Amino acid sequence: MMLRLDCLRAIYSDLEKCLVVTIMGALPAELQSLGHRPNFFYLQHAMGLASSTGLGLALSMPQQKVVVFDGDGSLLMNLGSLTTLARYKPKNLLHIVFDNESLLSVGGFPTATSTGTDLEAIARAAGIPKACTVSTVEDFATVVRQAIAHEGLETIVAKVEATGPKAFVTDLGLLENRFQFRRHIQSLVPKSR
Amino acid sequence: MPVSLDNSQLIYRALKSCGIQMLSALPETWLVHFIQIAEDDPQMTLVRLAKEEEGVGLSAGAHFAGVKSAMLMQNHGFLAAINGIVSFAHLYKIPLLMLISYRGTFGERDPWQTQGGNVTEPLLRALNIPYSFLDAPESVEKRIRQAHTLAESSLQPVALLLTRDLMWVE
Repeated sequence: MMLRLDCLRAIYSDLEKCLVVTIMGALPAELQSLGHRPNFFYLQHAMGLASSTGLGLALSMPQQKVVVFDGDGSLLMNLGSLTTLARYKPKNLLHIVFDNESLLSVGGFPTATSTGTDLEAIARAAGIPKACTVSTVEDFATVVRQAIAHEGLETIVAKVEATGPKAFVTDLGLLENRFQFRRHIQSLVPKSR
Repeated sequence: MPVSLDNSQLIYRALKSCGIQMLSALPETWLVHFIQIAEDDPQMTLVRLAKEEEGVGLSAGAHFAGVKSAMLMQNHGFLAAINGIVSFAHLYKIPLLMLISYRGTFGERDPWQTQGGNVTEPLLRALNIPYSFLDAPESVEKRIRQAHTLAESSLQPVALLLTRDLMWVE
């Protein structure tokens, strides 16, 4: 099974022009290990709200591509978000779900995707116009690059191994990240709105 | 329906004069006119949510993008949004302008609203959220402006409780 870190590495350079919002835990630690950028915001709590934050960004800046890195545990806490995303269908929002079938950051408790819950099918049924599931790094990189290059709301479920880094705390302060992210967005020219 | 259309319009105009461009909302009886006004306004991005906690993320995203937003909910929706308020808005210093219809207080006829009415203010105080009331038409505009100013300067959630006296015409 593929590693999330290899997926992130494969598309890291494609994220340069995107606004990126991630969930907490292993994922932001791995993304930062590849190199933090001012266009990355790591939501280090409030599980479930990364997708809602991406929606707020995408609706506020229609010309700006927004990429959300979600997880199965986080998305399961806010499945209603899929219906809200689908209702407004922002063309500039890409929703990537790393599904490791586990609440890895709190000790690896299995989530409902480990017993058959299908997040791609839920996304489709919620009304997300395009959804797929991938399980190789090559496929992942291909669909993500296509989605970044084209318009349209899409959910990509990436089935990954339930492993992560040993430590999740990095030397980037939460508020430092938050203010840097907003300042970066304000510096983008031309302003979208 | 005995919900005050005049006062709904008054609140809406006050939000517009603060520069609010995005509104998240979940329907509730007292908010029917208000949500309809927002829906009919082409300049307003109205986002109808499945659950109020989503509104915290939505407002945070808008704030990052430099767009001013407000959240419209019932007090039970505020209860449903508390983890997002604490572990996003408080943790990351996100300004939230929360307009909360204050159900379950004096005059409440619906038994199912009454417990939420009892705990709304104690919870706002426990969460250290500054709050005030929208209870009379003459003070609505000023109070909304002041709440918005405080949310933006303090980078924290601020609540306005929409009262029966303002919203309901008996």
